[in-house]
Amino acid sequence: MTEAAVRLEGVRHVYAGDPPVVAVENISIEASKGSFVSLLGPSGCGKSTILRVLAGLIAPTAGTASIDGQSAVGCYSLAAHMPQRDLLLPWRRVEANATLGAEIAGIPRAEARSLADRLYERFGLDEFVHAWPSQLSGGMRQRLALLRTFLMPRSTLLLDEPLGALDALTRREMQEWLENVWQSDRRTVLLVTHDIEEALLLSDVVYVMSPRPGHIVARIDVNLARPRRTSDIISPGFVELKERVLEALHMRP
Amino acid sequence: MRELLPAMIFVGLLLVGWEMWVRARDIPTYLLPPPSDLWQAFIDQRHALPVHIRTTLGEALLGLLCASLLGVLLAGLIASVPLIRRVLYPLLVISQNIPVLVLAPLLAVWFGFGMTPKVVIVVLIGFFPIVVNTTDGLLRADREIVELVRSMGANRWQIFRTVLVPSAIPSFFAGLQIGAAYAVIGAVIAEWMGASSGLGLFITRSQRAFRTDQIFMAVVVIALISVMLFASVRLLAHFAMPWNRDGVQVTKTT
Repeated sequence: MTEAAVRLEGVRHVYAGDPPVVAVENISIEASKGSFVSLLGPSGCGKSTILRVLAGLIAPTAGTASIDGQSAVGCYSLAAHMPQRDLLLPWRRVEANATLGAEIAGIPRAEARSLADRLYERFGLDEFVHAWPSQLSGGMRQRLALLRTFLMPRSTLLLDEPLGALDALTRREMQEWLENVWQSDRRTVLLVTHDIEEALLLSDVVYVMSPRPGHIVARIDVNLARPRRTSDIISPGFVELKERVLEALHMRP
Repeated sequence: MRELLPAMIFVGLLLVGWEMWVRARDIPTYLLPPPSDLWQAFIDQRHALPVHIRTTLGEALLGLLCASLLGVLLAGLIASVPLIRRVLYPLLVISQNIPVLVLAPLLAVWFGFGMTPKVVIVVLIGFFPIVVNTTDGLLRADREIVELVRSMGANRWQIFRTVLVPSAIPSFFAGLQIGAAYAVIGAVIAEWMGASSGLGLFITRSQRAFRTDQIFMAVVVIALISVMLFASVRLLAHFAMPWNRDGVQVTKTT
């Protein structure tokens, strides 16, 4: 095991309010450098909260969160965060949306553009570089949001249900594609999803979370060979892992 | 054009009806001139009118330009400095209810009979809708987009420039449209307080000479200029927001 790129220890977060909502409780997870790790759990279990802590957007009530050994609390820009909604800027063409994060991170525009140029084809956007976001289909919007995240000069990617808005078939296709894209640059990925098959198809490690207040109920290592295919979901190894996840999801503390 | 056809036919019928009614009832022209008289007045005055139109339109355009600059500047301040927002924003919303036109006599006292009081009236008319709408646009920028850009490491200025300003462009144009619709009327009424040229002056002169036909004709000209100004703003908005065009909405699927 190499050093951990992402590490959370004893993270607890309570959203202020009446009554206060305990979003997550005692979360300790880690992701080694270059690995693909998923957080899997039912809606509202606090998965997104964990990503938001790592993105520096919220300071946890208790516990520590770090990325590459640096505390992520109150520190933006350690990781590239992709929220659930694609959040494309409607007034920027595809090319300007793609390079937004890179530009803000201080990469000169020309350089960011040429980085993007090399990736449009792989992201299936090469014919739409000059289009407006409103001209794109749902799948293309998600790929553009992913491209924007990929183009940020960060060693860790935090993906919050990046395929959540897609229909089931497009989703399967995009899962294979996402694994492919990730394998070509091998950055650490922390993926949030409520799709068991998606988590198992993509990840090296899957953390299973309970309903709110979310806590980790299982850590499952996925040692299936890569590249994986959608058809793998019926292989015996996959089915066995799926059973373990289902068992963990129904476990009550 | 085809959509406007029923309305145009209706207006045509209305004009014919007006003409026939005035002639049949023998109504004196100083009370209600028939449309044909308006046209005749327009032909008679076609050499005098351009100067007046130029003056009034100039006042309206200059006023709208100043209103836009001031409005956008103040909206930027209100949106980015919380203290200024808390002091000024409620006042601005309330101030929209002040009938600016009643200030015209006061402005004539302060600024005399030159171009200044007219431009000031137009600025006041255009300023409030622009500043209120633009501020609204800046403050209503998608919070999640703001948060995303912040998580990318953007500072306040970068957030303002890349997210808030573009989000406020449609609202700015909405405000400018309201301003443009009233700008010409504002300039004309300000001219009633005293002027050396302009459509307002033309109307007061015609009134003194009991030239009702000329007054009616001037009203039509003012309405046409207002409509043109309004349409120009829409055209400007169309070019300023290429992502917002109707044609853009066509979704291509893979």
